[in-house]
Amino acid sequence: MTRDALRAVSTRWDTVLLVVLAAVVVTAGLLVDGFASGRNLQFLLLDVVAIALIALPLTLIVITGEIDLSVASTLGLCSAVMGQLWVAGLSLELVVVLVVGLGAVLGAVNAVFVTRFALPSLAVTIGTLAAYRGLAFVVLGDQAVADFPFSWTTAASSTVADGSVPWAAVVTLVPAVVFGVVLHATPFGRSLYAMGNNAEAAAFSGIRVARAKFWLFVASGAVSGLAGVYWTLRFASARADNAAGLELAVVAAVLLGGVSIFGGRGTLLGVLAGVLLLGAVRNALQLADVAADTLDVVTGGLLIASVVVPNAVGLARTRWRRRRTA
Amino acid sequence: MSGRGSVVGVVRRFWSARESGIVVALVLLVLVTTVDSPNFLSPQSVRDLLLGAAILVVLAVGQTVVVISRNIDLSVGSVLGLVAFATGKLLSSAPATPTAVAVLLGVGLGAVCGVVNGVLVAAARVPALVITLGTLYAFRGVDHSWARGEQINASDMPRSFLGLGTWTVLGVPVLAIIALTVVLAVGFYLRNYRSGRELYAIGSEPAAARLSGIPVGRRVFTSFVVCGASAGLAGVLYAARFGTVDATAGTGIELQVVAAAVVGGVAIFGGSGSAYGAALGALLLTTIGSSLAVLRINPFWQQAVVGGLILAAIGLDRLLAVRAANRLRGRSSHDA
Repeated sequence: MTRDALRAVSTRWDTVLLVVLAAVVVTAGLLVDGFASGRNLQFLLLDVVAIALIALPLTLIVITGEIDLSVASTLGLCSAVMGQLWVAGLSLELVVVLVVGLGAVLGAVNAVFVTRFALPSLAVTIGTLAAYRGLAFVVLGDQAVADFPFSWTTAASSTVADGSVPWAAVVTLVPAVVFGVVLHATPFGRSLYAMGNNAEAAAFSGIRVARAKFWLFVASGAVSGLAGVYWTLRFASARADNAAGLELAVVAAVLLGGVSIFGGRGTLLGVLAGVLLLGAVRNALQLADVAADTLDVVTGGLLIASVVVPNAVGLARTRWRRRRTA
Repeated sequence: MSGRGSVVGVVRRFWSARESGIVVALVLLVLVTTVDSPNFLSPQSVRDLLLGAAILVVLAVGQTVVVISRNIDLSVGSVLGLVAFATGKLLSSAPATPTAVAVLLGVGLGAVCGVVNGVLVAAARVPALVITLGTLYAFRGVDHSWARGEQINASDMPRSFLGLGTWTVLGVPVLAIIALTVVLAVGFYLRNYRSGRELYAIGSEPAAARLSGIPVGRRVFTSFVVCGASAGLAGVLYAARFGTVDATAGTGIELQVVAAAVVGGVAIFGGSGSAYGAALGALLLTTIGSSLAVLRINPFWQQAVVGGLILAAIGLDRLLAVRAANRLRGRSSHDA
């Protein structure tokens, strides 16, 4: 009963977000010069790819009631190592494999602290947020490696059939579908919700909570490493400070997407809608000549509204119902 | 015997206090650095160290009040930035404003930001992490749209105000004295006042606190106002110390603040920790920065070391908690 109710609420939140997203796109297309152009669509999608990628495993992690704040630092460290390995003369194919592997290892470090030592993931990943970013600077200093082969860097922003949809966005759909299926169509995915609602009850009902969380953190690290490869090639620059502060943008998108910070609730479709909504709003306002920095008000306002409005509506509804029955 | 007993007691109490670990780490760090380069303990160098730590200390102490009640305030960096710019703007357009008024206005503006957080968290019953992540962006955005790229320079501000950042009393920087006052005041409040103790109760178990009649919403609201006010004070101090203020002041400092509190033994899920610990944590983080520079270690290592320290601190806390739990269990089985 409650689960059905929860599910109904969350699907409704998905719908709300998709409607808002459609409204934003249509309004911006009509009112903002240049928003509806193919070139703008290309840039909008290129800009959200990294956030969308990282948001996938993070959604699953938050649903289990944990959090990973080290994602952007993992991206930065992977980018720095990618630069050094390329300078050292390794082939780029090998570098990519190694860097994604490194991301998985960094995720495993988080996982060990969270699952083996039972430490709160919020504190652990604030620690590794600092540690990984620090190591990125140790590896690469304030240098930049920018001499990646032209064929690779153009590939990062190339489009399907030379249209306006970037390959990167299409490729991102593959992990999106994989994570979506795992979360919504497998027993493992259902068990994540159970953990988020009550980890102890989940453990007693035979779910291997620690093991599941372990692999989620590993996945988060690996995907962040992949996002690091993308980021490096997209901007043709490996730097230690790549994507600094991006963790908050990703968390904001996940929460806006309707995932409860306490775990147990949320859908991947909602999160992707959240990522696109934030990206589209920022993009439209930027085109409308609103300074990039003031857009933070919009990001923050959307995030607050996304939690306060459903809460207020819920409260009002129960009050109204109570008055009717009384 | 009583004399000796009390000495033993003091020693024992020192070792059992969570803050002692940080004191020891701090002393070791200073010792090692001083052996390498004796100048590290010169009055000027110590003054610089205290100046550098003061702002982080004020922020960390305010954060402690919120974290103890099992909440978090990620917006402190943005509040600092907003208040620092507001202070600069006020003093450059009305240089005759007395410093005390500027400080009060800054603290007041910070408190208003805290009210926004507090209302949203306590009244709308929404998780603090989400709300303050939202206001982190919102306050910063307000700051940017107000500043529009403008920068306020030291030459725009009156000398008397900038003196706040440079003056010393008996060789101790005023900034450090202000920070110490905040630490002592908040530390005393948390330890000795009923409402302060209630924050620990709320952080240990909010539901139980509510059932035992503690006005949870009101206490949590107040803790956010206190945290906002301290971030406002930090903003004023920032403007006085650096003189140059634009809309980016304090960007990203929130994680350092949380790190300082965690290193200082404030449990991230509430219920334990002290303002003294958080202040020591902030001092330790700042000292590491200058030690590495003095020891000629690649400054790029600093952040990595800080990260390692956070992990070590929470690991240690966990270990101590497990040990204490085992000891309690052992004792109760003996009694039975």
